[in-house]
Amino acid sequence: MNWQVMIDSIPRLLGGAAVTLQLVTLAALAGFAIALVVALARLNRNPLLWMPAFGFIFYFRGTPLLVQIFLIYYGLSQFPEVRDSALWPILREPWWCALLAFTLNTSAYTAEIMRGAIQAVPRGQIEAAMATGMSPLTRMRRVVLPQALRIGLPAYSNEVILLVKASSLASTVTLMDLTGVARTISSVNYMPVELLSMAALIYLAINFMLTRLFKLIEYQISGERRAAVRDPLMAAGLHNPEALQKAELK
Amino acid sequence: MFALQGFGPMLLQGTLMTIQVALLATFFGVLIGIVMALMKLSSSRVARLIGDIYTTIVRGVPILVLILLFYFGAISGVNALARAVGYTQFIDLSAFVAGTAALALAFGAYATEVFRGAFQSIPKGQIEAARALSMSRFTAFRRVSLPQVWRIALPGLGNIFLVILKETALVSVIGVEELMRKTEFAVGFTKAPFTFFLFAAFIYLGLTVVSMGVLQILERRANRGYAATGAQS
Amino acid sequence: MSTGLKLAAAAAAAAIALSTPASAETLRIATEGAYPPFNFVDASGELQGFDVDIAKALCAAMEADCEITAQAWDGIIPGLNAGRYDAIVASMSITPERQEAVNFTEPYYQAGAVLVGPVESDIMPEPEALAGKLIGVQRASTYANLIEQRFPDAEARLYDTVENHNLDLTAGRLDGVIAQRIFMSNWLADEGEGYEMKGEAMLDPDILGLGAGIAVRKEDTELLERLDAALTQIMDDGTYDEINDRYFTVSLKPQR
Repeated sequence: MNWQVMIDSIPRLLGGAAVTLQLVTLAALAGFAIALVVALARLNRNPLLWMPAFGFIFYFRGTPLLVQIFLIYYGLSQFPEVRDSALWPILREPWWCALLAFTLNTSAYTAEIMRGAIQAVPRGQIEAAMATGMSPLTRMRRVVLPQALRIGLPAYSNEVILLVKASSLASTVTLMDLTGVARTISSVNYMPVELLSMAALIYLAINFMLTRLFKLIEYQISGERRAAVRDPLMAAGLHNPEALQKAELK
Repeated sequence: MFALQGFGPMLLQGTLMTIQVALLATFFGVLIGIVMALMKLSSSRVARLIGDIYTTIVRGVPILVLILLFYFGAISGVNALARAVGYTQFIDLSAFVAGTAALALAFGAYATEVFRGAFQSIPKGQIEAARALSMSRFTAFRRVSLPQVWRIALPGLGNIFLVILKETALVSVIGVEELMRKTEFAVGFTKAPFTFFLFAAFIYLGLTVVSMGVLQILERRANRGYAATGAQS
Repeated sequence: MSTGLKLAAAAAAAAIALSTPASAETLRIATEGAYPPFNFVDASGELQGFDVDIAKALCAAMEADCEITAQAWDGIIPGLNAGRYDAIVASMSITPERQEAVNFTEPYYQAGAVLVGPVESDIMPEPEALAGKLIGVQRASTYANLIEQRFPDAEARLYDTVENHNLDLTAGRLDGVIAQRIFMSNWLADEGEGYEMKGEAMLDPDILGLGAGIAVRKEDTELLERLDAALTQIMDDGTYDEINDRYFTVSLKPQR
C-alpha cells in the first residue's frame, strides 16, 4: 500500500463524491415522488392502474441496473427518431441518463416499500376514519400516509444506502462520480488498489452519515411511539425483522 | 421478434456463465453467512467485532468497487499468504474467481443478518433440552438448530439470491464472459445496442421468474409439517 | 451435513484447480477483445484480429503453447504485474509512463492518433479549435493523455471501450473522438459515413509513444528477448506481411 498516493488522491475523489451525492439526492427525491404514484396505483383495484404499476415494478426490480443504464444510454440513441426528438438535449447527456436510470430504479423499490407500509396500517384505524366521515383523500393524507411513513422509514433508509452504492455504475457511462474518478486516476498511476480502497472508505463514510441521519429522523417522527417502546406489539410493528429484511434487499 | 444475427449460441453461453457465477456465489455466501452469524452471536468479543466489521464494510461499499478491488487487489494478498505458508507456485485469481468471490462476500454479508435472526428465533428451551440429553454443544447445533434454521432462513436467502443474480452483471466490467459481457460483444458487432440490451433484460427477467418458482417449491418443501403455523415464517 | 461439507471441500478444491496455471510451458497472453480489427470477438465467441494473429504467429515461432484471453482494458497492466498472464498483445503504445510499470518489445506496428468528427463540423486538432468541445476517448489510453496535455481546454469524456465512444459519436453526443489512426480509418471506411478525419495525424512520440509493443513484466527479461527474436523472425519470413494483408491495405510494418 502506498499511503502517500491514497492521501494525495483525496481531493479529487471528494470531487467525485460530490457528483455521487448530487445524483443520489436528486434520484432519491424524484424517485420518492414517482414511487408514491406507483404504489397507490399498485394498490388500486382497477386493473388499468395496478397492472401497469405491477409491470413497472417487476421490470425494474427484475433486471440488473447495469442493463437499465445501458438501455437508456446506448440503447435509446440507436434510433434516429430519439436523436431527432425534443428529448434528445436531455438524453444525450450521460448525467441525465444516469439520473433517469437511478430514479426509475429506486422508485420501483420504494414503491414496494410504500405498498408494504400502507398495507401495514391497522385496518381498524381506517374504519374509524371512515366512521368519522373522512373522505378517502383526507383519510389517506391524515391517517394512512403519516403512519406508513413511520413504518416504512427503516426500510427506506436501507433503500437510500443501496442507491448510494448503485450510483457507482455512473462510471460505466463516462461520468466522473466517486468510482469514475478512482478508476481514472488508477488507469494513469496503475495503483488501483490504493485508489479503490480510498473510494471504498469514502463510500463507507457517506453511508455511515446517512444511517445516522435516518436514525435521527426516525427518532424525531416517532414522538408518541417512544413512550410505547416497551409495548411488545408496538415494537413488533416497528421492527419486524423479516419485513425489514425483505425490504432492504435489492 | 428479435433478430439475434447469429449471436444466440453466444448469449446462451453467457447465460449459463451468469447462472454458474450466481450459484457459486450463493453456495460460498451461505457458508460465510452461517459462520459470520455464529460469530456475531458468540460470547467472544473479538468474534463479534470481526462479524460487525465484515458486515459493516461489505454492506457499505458498492459491489462494483468490491469486484474491482478483488480483481486488482486480492491476487497479491493471496500470493503473499500462500508464500507465507510455504506454497511457492503462483496462484492465479482469474476474473471469474475474483468476481465470484466478491459476490460471495456480498451475499455472505446479507446472509449473516438472515441467519442471525434465524438462530435467534429458535427457542432456547430446545437447546437446553438437547444439552440436558447430554448432546455436545456442536451436536445440539447440528441436530437441533441447523435443520430448523434452514426453514426460517429460506425466504431471506431467496431474496438475497434474486439480488445477487442481478449483481452478476457487474462482473462483466472485469471481463468475465457472462450474459452482459457477451451482450456487449454482440453490440460491438451489430451496432444494435437497444435490441441486444433489451434481449438481455428479458433473459434476466426470465431467470428471476424461474428462480422465484424454484424458491417457492423449496419453501413449500421446507415447510412440510408446519402448515398449520405457516404464518410465522 | 457431512455431504454438505464434502461438497464445500470439493468446490473449494475446484476453485483452486481452476485458477492455477495449466502447465509451466503455456504462455498466457492478454488482449482486449474490443478493438476491431486489431482484436475483437466474433459471433462464435472466438478472439480474432491483427493482434491475435500476431500473437499466434509469435507463439508458433517460439514453439510455445499459447492461451489468449480477453481482458478489460483499464486493468490490463495491473493484471500483467499481478501475474494473471505473461504478455499483453493488445495494440498497446510504448510510452515512458508505461515503461515505468512494464517492459516492451520493439514496436510491431506504428500508427499515430487522429481526430475524427462530423463532415460538416470545422473542429481541428488545435488547442483553440477544441476548446470547450466534447471529445470522446478511451480511459487509460495514450489518447486520453494526449487530450490532457495538448488540448487542455477540450472536455474529455472517458469510455471503457473505443466501440462505446464511436457509438456515442454517431449518436451525436460528441463533437469528435481522438483515437488510433488505423483503427479510425477502418471504422470510417466500414460504418463512419458522414464522418471524416480532421487535420493531420498526430505523432507526438513523447505522449503517444513509438508504436505498439508487446508488454511483459519487468523481471521477465528472458521472455522479452524470446519475443523480440520471434518478432524479427515473423517480420523476415513473410508471416507478418501475410497477417497484415488480411486486415489492411497498407503496411503497418515499422521501419527498423
